[in-house]
Amino acid sequence: MAVVTYRDALTQALREELQRDDRVFLMGEEVAQYNGAYKVSKGLLDEFGPMRIVDTPITELGFAGLGVGAAMVGLRPIVEFMTWNFALLALDEVVNAAAKMLYMSGGQYKMPMVFRGPNGAALQLGAQHSQAWESWLAHIPGLKVCTPGTPADAKGLLKSAIRDDNPVVFLEGEMLYNTKGEVPDGEHIVPLGVAELKREGDHCSVITHGKMALVAMRVADDLAKEGINIDVVDLRTVRPIDVEAIARSVQKTNRAVVLEEGWEICGMGSQVVDFIQRECFDDLDAPVLRVHQEDVPMPYAKNLERAAKPDAGKTIAAVKKVMYLD
Amino acid sequence: MSTEAKRPPAPAQKQKEKGEPRDNGADAPPASELAGTTPEIRRELLHSMLLQRRFEERCAEGYALGKIGGFLHLYIGQEAISTGVMSMIRPDDYVITAYRDHGQALARGVSPRAVMAELFGRDTGTSGGKGGSMHIFDAKTNFLGGHGIVGGHVPIAAGVGFAIKYRRGNQVCICFFGEAAVNIGAFHEALNLASLWDLPVIFIIENNRYGMGTAISRSTANEDVLIRAKGYRMDGESVDGQDVFAVRESMARAIERARKEKRPTLIEMRTYRFMGHSMSDAVSGTYRTKDELEENMKRDPILVLHNKIYESGELSEGEMSKIDDEAKAIAQDAWDFADASPEPPLEKLYTDVYTDTTS
Repeated sequence: MAVVTYRDALTQALREELQRDDRVFLMGEEVAQYNGAYKVSKGLLDEFGPMRIVDTPITELGFAGLGVGAAMVGLRPIVEFMTWNFALLALDEVVNAAAKMLYMSGGQYKMPMVFRGPNGAALQLGAQHSQAWESWLAHIPGLKVCTPGTPADAKGLLKSAIRDDNPVVFLEGEMLYNTKGEVPDGEHIVPLGVAELKREGDHCSVITHGKMALVAMRVADDLAKEGINIDVVDLRTVRPIDVEAIARSVQKTNRAVVLEEGWEICGMGSQVVDFIQRECFDDLDAPVLRVHQEDVPMPYAKNLERAAKPDAGKTIAAVKKVMYLD
Repeated sequence: MSTEAKRPPAPAQKQKEKGEPRDNGADAPPASELAGTTPEIRRELLHSMLLQRRFEERCAEGYALGKIGGFLHLYIGQEAISTGVMSMIRPDDYVITAYRDHGQALARGVSPRAVMAELFGRDTGTSGGKGGSMHIFDAKTNFLGGHGIVGGHVPIAAGVGFAIKYRRGNQVCICFFGEAAVNIGAFHEALNLASLWDLPVIFIIENNRYGMGTAISRSTANEDVLIRAKGYRMDGESVDGQDVFAVRESMARAIERARKEKRPTLIEMRTYRFMGHSMSDAVSGTYRTKDELEENMKRDPILVLHNKIYESGELSEGEMSKIDDEAKAIAQDAWDFADASPEPPLEKLYTDVYTDTTS
């Protein structure tokens, strides 16, 4: 298995799917000549030409809607948002058009398209550029929502997303592009809606997704040194969500911490907790705790930003609390 | 190729008095007499317009009786546009529209039975009862909906145009919307993309002068909505939307431009809505006067066509009545079909949220 960056894993997925199906095209701001704001589309213009790697004006609503129209009549657009923060301008097309088209049309019009781009906070980008949107998007029936945390999952999930005939929201971690990991050689597909147990332990479950999967794995390594062994359940896709994998883990460990990058109120984690209380009520030895961003817009100052973000320290504290060790 | 937006002779003053209604196209240049149509085509045009009228009269009845729920936006008064446009395009062309969509669906050839059944919320409707009045879709006729967010579908039309170009096809995509949509960002973003990328889309502003209950003079800084074509280096023209022949002639020019030059067009079709915005507002008395309504109803598009045909002497009154009776019979048949159709089974609640298919 080759060790590649998250960025290169995404590029591999794009290249392979562009080669596989000539209905697939990529559009977005700076994806072609500039090689992508985050270089995910590097080299693709040269290989596939300007009809399939399409630079757009800064017009998120316009090109998201344009993608919807192209998908309605049989193309397979990949719409890149330079970041998901900009995608708010386009949400009408994602939510009102793409997500509902199949249903409103009584099954006549499929939406084989992907909306992708970086999601979540990077470093000191301030309030408008540091947000995790998965709970907003996972709320919508008709959408699928992927949140890969590792290069292997990034590649495998993106390939599945492009082949899926439903609209898929693909949330990449802005801080993950340079992270490295093993990616299986050859055709590598990760099915949508299947979680992965990334660490195994009996003492507590940490259920997470996206960039926080890396934090959870670090937490697992640190706690192991203290003799505490945790399950890390990486959801990978938050819609559809793998409830069985959550239940399986919590029924084994009897304790759970739910870790996410976004805010507390109506966050992904509250949905996970709901599944746990329904599926594992008699299994729980402690209340489930959540770790998430503090309930504030993201501040700029380094120390404040650090304080606002969920991290390994906060997660370790939560695990110890549900184990009654603090 | 001219990039100048063509306009009919301008009304006397550019800036109208606030609240003064805009003309409904009566001052637009007339179509060349009957615009080269044959008697057979003229009969079809009359039939299409009468079918929409008679069908929607039954819709209003169905709403009053509680057979149709939710929002119901009638197209009555604007039928020359749908009929004129659809009579000029090919079966493999595409049509997308907003929520005032029944008339356009019928003019496109969508089954009246299936449309009425959709309005009644029945399993046999175009979307199996899941769409409703605002969301008529029909893949068989490339009728891409029925969209309920003002302006939201205009970029989608650009996407259809993009797909046509991507495949090197020579179809066109027709996109209908009201004049109120020209103030929405989505409209501007779509026009910019369509012109920038040479997409074969014909954007049709159905200017019925009211966005819901707000007159254009109260919503739009420059009432000359066609000026927006210029802003995007797009050809455009303004036509009398009550004259089906004028609609057809403008479409012929736009279609040629789309198929041969791969260029989009913006057309303002000036018309008037004879009914309220939906079924919940009074036809007149709140935001427009009875006098204004009655004045405009004198230019009923069906009457305009009828008079032209009658003057030419090719159809007797008896034959005209027969066409009207046929339209009424189709509307009745659609009603009977819808009324007799079953509601969608509850197990369909969860179908079509997702498809299981992959490529």
